[in-house]
Amino acid sequence: MAKIKPRVKVPKSAAAGEIVEIKALISHPMHTGRAKDKKTGKKIPRKIINKFVASFDGQDVFTANFEPAVSANPYIAFPFKASKSGAFTFKWVEDGGAEFTASKKMTVA
Amino acid sequence: MKQTRQFSTISRRHALAMLGAAGAAVLVGVPAYADGAAVAAKIKGLTGGKSVGEGAIELDLPEIAENGNAVKVAFSIDSPMTADNYVKAVHVMADGNPTPEVASFNFTPTMGACSASTRMRLAKTQNIVVLAEMSDGSFKQAQATVKVTIGGCGG
Repeated sequence: MAKIKPRVKVPKSAAAGEIVEIKALISHPMHTGRAKDKKTGKKIPRKIINKFVASFDGQDVFTANFEPAVSANPYIAFPFKASKSGAFTFKWVEDGGAEFTASKKMTVA
Repeated sequence: MKQTRQFSTISRRHALAMLGAAGAAVLVGVPAYADGAAVAAKIKGLTGGKSVGEGAIELDLPEIAENGNAVKVAFSIDSPMTADNYVKAVHVMADGNPTPEVASFNFTPTMGACSASTRMRLAKTQNIVVLAEMSDGSFKQAQATVKVTIGGCGG
């Protein structure tokens, strides 16, 4: 299986009050539990990223709950109003509780 | 050839197993494939039977999706996003997938605007319903149909 790797895009700097777009993607097969393995004919058990949490300076700002209907390599884009410099932390939670994180700093001038 | 035959046996067995599962699902009140009724029931569950208004939600969905494995779904909602007037949550549902839920998003006033974009799987041509929950407890919804050429349900 491909390695699960998060990728995020946050502007390095922003003007105060500017609404910036944050993009986050994680490479993950998002097994729905419905598809079959072509070699063995057995069902691949469900394993998806079910939750995404974005926080800024320790405060949760945006969360997304994913269902199996979300595509492989789940991508999410959302707005954020820049008001002060700080660091974003992104967390993805997989079925079974495994967590993947990434963080990015943003400077507000 | 032999292998092909073997595959078909397995898929038949699976088909039977799926039928059994569907039967069990009906018993607990969940259809094997979601339909308009499942989405309506889901909306009712989320809103608690409150009336749902239209408008304020702008959807960005393709009219025709060539590949149901990754269909862009984006929305933006006109909201001041202040501490006492903001969009709390948005639920995306599809009425032709095995389950009606696609994703849900929780917003906070610090975001300054309400929009999001992601990609979803669609099994067939169907309606996408976006339900937004406002901070004052009211609900808004918007709906669009996406035509799917190749379904994205795997297997």
